[in-house]
Amino acid sequence: MSSSSKLVLYSYWQSSCAWRVRFALNLKGLAYEYRSVNLRKGEQFSPEFKKLNPLCFVPVLVDGDIVVSDSFAILLYLNEKYPQNALLPSDPQLRALNLQASNIVSSSMQPLIMQSILKYIEDKFGPAERQLWVRHNTEKGFQALEKLLKDYAGTYATGEEVYMADVFLAPQTAVAEMRFNIDMSKFPTLNGIYKSCKDLPEFQASVPERQPDAEL
Amino acid sequence: MTWQVNRGKIVYSVSCIFVVFLGHLEEDREQCDSEQRVNQTATMEESKLKLYSSWRSSSSCRVRIALNLKGLKYEYKAVNLLKGEQFSPEFSKLSPLNYVPTLVDGDMIVVESFAILMYLEDKYPQHPLLPPDLKKRAINYQAASFVSSSIQPLQNLVEQKYIAEEVGSDEKLSWVKHHMEKGFAALEKLLKDHAAKYASGDEVFLADLFLAPQIHDALTRFNVDMTQFSLLLRLNDAYNELPAFQDAMPEKQPDYLQS
Repeated sequence: MSSSSKLVLYSYWQSSCAWRVRFALNLKGLAYEYRSVNLRKGEQFSPEFKKLNPLCFVPVLVDGDIVVSDSFAILLYLNEKYPQNALLPSDPQLRALNLQASNIVSSSMQPLIMQSILKYIEDKFGPAERQLWVRHNTEKGFQALEKLLKDYAGTYATGEEVYMADVFLAPQTAVAEMRFNIDMSKFPTLNGIYKSCKDLPEFQASVPERQPDAEL
Repeated sequence: MTWQVNRGKIVYSVSCIFVVFLGHLEEDREQCDSEQRVNQTATMEESKLKLYSSWRSSSSCRVRIALNLKGLKYEYKAVNLLKGEQFSPEFSKLSPLNYVPTLVDGDMIVVESFAILMYLEDKYPQHPLLPPDLKKRAINYQAASFVSSSIQPLQNLVEQKYIAEEVGSDEKLSWVKHHMEKGFAALEKLLKDHAAKYASGDEVFLADLFLAPQIHDALTRFNVDMTQFSLLLRLNDAYNELPAFQDAMPEKQPDYLQS
């Protein structure tokens, strides 16, 4: 693995957004220092972290004097700065597909099931409503993704190489299955993509349970 | 419902002697074409570009700004979201996800505003949407992604029927407004060391395309008091000076208030 020892990733083991970046860093063979931000303890609101990232989100990537927050922005940055094992294909159609799939996950799915919203729903309506809400929004997103990718997917989302769509899909699918009990057999294309990603050592090394701050 | 949009002529024909009838008189078109070349830096391209858009969609607005900035003519195809036209068989065939905006460029169909903007950037490099400096590019990506994943999706919550049935609309609106304001506060902090005339410096780039529609919506639909966000308000004033931005705003679209 080529090393870029100045890369630092602020991450939390259970954050699916941080997971995407861990997976991408592994795919590009980039070594990095893992710094844990314990979201459960509210460490993202510490003055020190706020100074680094006023948005108070993980993941945050620090590369020398460049600080990048937001997993989508980080992946685009990494792809431009470290072009090996490209995260976007050169074909315009496939390129657009990868950006679309990534955005469906990052704009239409994950934001609607982030903790602050789930807490609001649970506080107002109770845990059963929360589960219904998660299921509704997750399945809606997966239905869209299934439609988007079914004519293009091969081993991976847009063919035989791993690209950005896979980097977004695999953690989202894992969370849906393990944390929210979504039945992924309803989405055969996405399920196939997820199974392929699970075979990759780069994905396996990125899973929450293998992170330094995993609480098992 | 299709409109042949020829904004260049509308915006730049001030010095034309004759009134231009859209797409008709060749002599006038040639005269105004030469006026356009004098008056603008980007060339207007005859294009097979079609944009399926709704006036009220801020993600469509981002794309409209980009098309204007790059001097790309396009046919505006209005999709009435309230009537559910995005689910029509015709549109579904074109765009199986039933999303606006959808861009058609010959054989290429691109859905989703970020993907469309990157496609336009690759294919039509005039008036770049991203700066050459990687640090500044990263700021643009962050601002764009933050708007599209942390602020704009919350707006859609207001329209989501699921939550509307359970929660009073006043309460929902105030909750959405609260989160929008939090998002704007964070954006102010993100941009404060980078903004100049525009979000990431003295030129318009990607971040501005995401900020302008969002601020516009905050002001006109959600009654957000933007005076607490002096940087964003200042940027908004700058956007109001630019025809490419103004021509893209909801009120200027052919389907404004028709859906």
